[in-house]
Amino acid sequence: MNFEVIFFLIVAASAIASAILMITQQNPIKGVLFLIVNFFCLALIYLILHAQFIAIIQILVYAGAIMVLFLFVIMLLNLGDETKLEDKLSYKKTIAYLLSGVVLLEILIGLGLPFGVNTMPTNPKALEIGTVEFIGKSLYTEYLLPFEITSILLLAAIVGVIVLAKKKFQ
Amino acid sequence: MELLITVIKIVAVMGVMLGCVAYVVLLERRLSAAIQNRIGPNRVGWQGLLQPIADVVKLIMKEDIVPTKANRFLHDLAPLISIGVAMTTFAIIPFGNRISLFGYDIKLQIADVNIGILYILALTSLGVYGLTLSGWSSNSKYPLLGCIRSSAQMISYELSMGVSIIGIIMMTESLKLDKIVEMQAGWHWNIILQPIGFITFLVASFAETNRLPFDLPEAEPELVAGFHTEYSGMKFGLFYLAEYSNMFVASALITTLYLGGWQVPFVHSLGLSDFWISIVQVFGFFVKIVLMVAFFIIIRWTIPRFRYDQLMNLGWKFMLPIAILNVLITGLVILLI
Repeated sequence: MNFEVIFFLIVAASAIASAILMITQQNPIKGVLFLIVNFFCLALIYLILHAQFIAIIQILVYAGAIMVLFLFVIMLLNLGDETKLEDKLSYKKTIAYLLSGVVLLEILIGLGLPFGVNTMPTNPKALEIGTVEFIGKSLYTEYLLPFEITSILLLAAIVGVIVLAKKKFQ
Repeated sequence: MELLITVIKIVAVMGVMLGCVAYVVLLERRLSAAIQNRIGPNRVGWQGLLQPIADVVKLIMKEDIVPTKANRFLHDLAPLISIGVAMTTFAIIPFGNRISLFGYDIKLQIADVNIGILYILALTSLGVYGLTLSGWSSNSKYPLLGCIRSSAQMISYELSMGVSIIGIIMMTESLKLDKIVEMQAGWHWNIILQPIGFITFLVASFAETNRLPFDLPEAEPELVAGFHTEYSGMKFGLFYLAEYSNMFVASALITTLYLGGWQVPFVHSLGLSDFWISIVQVFGFFVKIVLMVAFFIIIRWTIPRFRYDQLMNLGWKFMLPIAILNVLITGLVILLI
């Protein structure tokens, strides 16, 4: 085993561990913190795959901005013990278990586990695809239309939020 | 061998930085005293030069008090996040050109990463966790107010900080900090080429480091001491250290991006050998940082604190549009030339 594989195993194990810890925490603030740890592990996995830009955006946008808002909202709401919020309806739980089982099965089939482990070869061009220059170029040439449509959607969302917030205050 | 050189670089940079930060505290105290017509600490050692050591010893000896209803784990974690973020930012700042020592060609920068500036932006965006968690975990009124203010302030000013750098990135066509410094050889400093970007970046870095006139998270007359009210002993010391490290790193960043980095004009006309040119450049970088830190300190005693709504108005209605305008102008000029 070379260094890269060992590093990947450590990071992947901590990603799974932090994900499990996130959903089992009683305290929502601690849950948010474990989600941040999980994002960091994901960023490291992207780095192993030479996707530097995605890795840093993962930290910049998710850990740096979105999770701060999560933390902020949870702090201000000051949610107490989560047990009070527990769902009493049992059929919901049954469906949830069923669905998660189906998703697990899908992932396993996708990985090809029943037919032996499928090790996908890394794209030989991965090193150049991951750079900021490459992503910028393809965003503004090849994928210009989807990119512009996404930005218009985001703009519409921003305007919508402002309109909604203003209505509440007046 | 590569690994050993990197480890030596990390240890050297960390050591120099911690030493400098300790003396930045002394500089701040002496300079504030001079501005207010006082003397300042001058008892420990010659002109108070041993004062930082006395301060650190005092902070370590102090009792660590945690409020009864505080969240113990987060209360301990918050100062560590603050100091960790402040210390790791320096990793990609180039503090000199190449230097050959004992037959090795050493690049005076710890990590030369492709994503460059984005790394720094990502780390500054993480700095807010230290403040937010410290305020919330203390379970006390004033720290909570401080932490709420800090989150809003830092998120608002991060935006104009990021946008003001775009002008430089467009001119350099690279995110790498060493490329940005190389571009500024001679007198082509970005402060002359990007004056609007420089001003917005400077104001945003004052806000990001929570220095006056933007120190609302700790505003002492209104919030006791803001987010770190409930901290004592070395944990308070870590916050203190983080604040000054942030100031030091922000100065280094402003120097790298706008004031030519390690470039010293006319150094090549002095007829020195390559080795001594590198030494002069590292020294020049250091002098620029110290001057920038002194500027931070002088501003503290010149401009009074903003009110909270003024801060938000300045950030969103003035700084951000100007920063975006700067990007447009830069793009236009690049297209026309």
